[in-house]
Amino acid sequence: MQVIIALITGLLIGAGIYRLLGGAKIDIIIGLILISQGGNLIIFASGGLKHNAPALLTDEATNAASMADPLPQALVLTAIVIGFGILAFLLTLLTRSSKA
Amino acid sequence: MNPLTSILIALLTPLIGALLALASRTRPKLAVTSAVTASAITLAASISLAWATRSGDVFAIHAGDWQAPFGITLVADTFAAIMLVVCQLVIVASVIFCAKTLDASYHRRFLYPLLMTLSFGTNGAFLTGDLFNLYVWFEVLLLSSFALMALLRGEDGHAAAWRYVVINLIASLLFLAAAGLIYGKTGTLNFAELRVRFSEAESSFLINSSAALLFGAFGIKSALIPLAFWLPAAYPKLPPALSALFAGLLTKVGLYAFFRVFGMVFSDGTAFPHQDVLFVVAVVTMVGGVLGAVGQGEMRRILSFHIISQVGYMALALAIYSPLALAAGIFYIGHHIIVKANLFLATGLVEAHAGSSDLSKTSGVMKTSPVIAVLFAIPALSLAGIPPLSGFFAKFSLLHSALQLSDWIGAAAIALVGLLTVFSMLKIWRAIFWGDAEPREAKPHPLLNLTSAVLGLTTIAIGLAAGPLFEIAQTAANGLIDPQTYLEAVLSTPL
Repeated sequence: MQVIIALITGLLIGAGIYRLLGGAKIDIIIGLILISQGGNLIIFASGGLKHNAPALLTDEATNAASMADPLPQALVLTAIVIGFGILAFLLTLLTRSSKA
Repeated sequence: MNPLTSILIALLTPLIGALLALASRTRPKLAVTSAVTASAITLAASISLAWATRSGDVFAIHAGDWQAPFGITLVADTFAAIMLVVCQLVIVASVIFCAKTLDASYHRRFLYPLLMTLSFGTNGAFLTGDLFNLYVWFEVLLLSSFALMALLRGEDGHAAAWRYVVINLIASLLFLAAAGLIYGKTGTLNFAELRVRFSEAESSFLINSSAALLFGAFGIKSALIPLAFWLPAAYPKLPPALSALFAGLLTKVGLYAFFRVFGMVFSDGTAFPHQDVLFVVAVVTMVGGVLGAVGQGEMRRILSFHIISQVGYMALALAIYSPLALAAGIFYIGHHIIVKANLFLATGLVEAHAGSSDLSKTSGVMKTSPVIAVLFAIPALSLAGIPPLSGFFAKFSLLHSALQLSDWIGAAAIALVGLLTVFSMLKIWRAIFWGDAEPREAKPHPLLNLTSAVLGLTTIAIGLAAGPLFEIAQTAANGLIDPQTYLEAVLSTPL
């Protein structure tokens, strides 16, 4: 699991940088999106990856070992929202400058 | 006023101001009033906070009563309070200038809400107590600054905005990845908790990667060469009222993050050689920035390159990292924010008066408007480090701290760059203010002269009261080097 996530992260960031260096504005936007998804995956994996472990306290699972870490998930949510806002802004900027 | 209340007021007033300005968007006068009022209230709260923290006390608020390191913490220590006060001063001045110098097309386009959210973001960045929230606040202020950049018209403006947006987004992504890695390694993001963890001997293998990523991110944001060339491409395109705000605030928030993270959180327990790297980068930045400034032919461009060279000074203070050097660096940041913003405002006055700030087109402003000449001369001399202005004490204390550690390279760079700064200021002076004048009728609004004069007087006052103010800077520096009070306030305050 860790290895897969690590590989995907590397792939996303590598592909993102490749597109970023493409030069056209739409290339740059796509590159930034890919890199930010890679960053989100880094955060997601930073809490440790667990199988079948909800990030909730239930009656039968009150020990930390059977729980997934909820904080990285909250951080990823925040990062996704910020990324979405930035993406909307970038696309607006793109349409503006292509109109001008 | 209760310091905890001041923290909340300083943080939330800009947001309320933004909402009010947004609601009164169709009536620019009302929007200006709400923006200026909100900034003034924030300034008052910041001053009361600085007064409360002047002897090194630290105040912390835990949001939702979640104890640190689990919850979100707002912390005000001496350093943060100093930053809040000087930044708010510049914001008030800039809002007044925006109201009086920008043409009507700006006023209809969300200008004041964006100025307020920018202020909201900077205040949050200064007051936050954990790394991820620092990232979030950075995003708040960056998005505001992106949108302000996007108000620029024309092909040039779009290109500048585009470059600025992309490079800062890359910095943010580096920052985000670093925060993720640090959380994975230590299991916490709270500054105080991180400091405690790093002082326990842990392996620093992953911390090094995060430190390097953070170094890159903050380096881009605070415009250190070789990561600085987006700045002179973007800032000169802005109208002076906005470039004063950008020049004063944005790079300095990056420096604040540098001081906070590398000065307090990472200062022991990491093997990342940030001091050595920072030293080289700082000296290159100082020299490169000022050489760039000497080669320019337009006031705004010269001043933009000066930002870079001055950022180098402050980074050098962090690289030397003795208590005196750090205090000098903090004093320098405070002085620089006010002076740099004031120089851009004076450029705005020159443009309002003479129509252009190009060295080859404009001359003889001294004859047609001595007031503007004086208003420009004060911050220019202060930036170059002429006594008894604030810049002299900032430079002198930094030089003193370099000589104390017999750091000859740093000391030589400080002296040489100071001279070159004087040289490029003289270049502006000779071209713009001396020489023959064509008759000019345009007079900037007296309120603008007053605003610029208040900032100029602040510069003089900082110079005259350098002793007590430097003591406060020393308190702030000691709070970074030995954050015992900070740790106690954050990790064990019962609300």
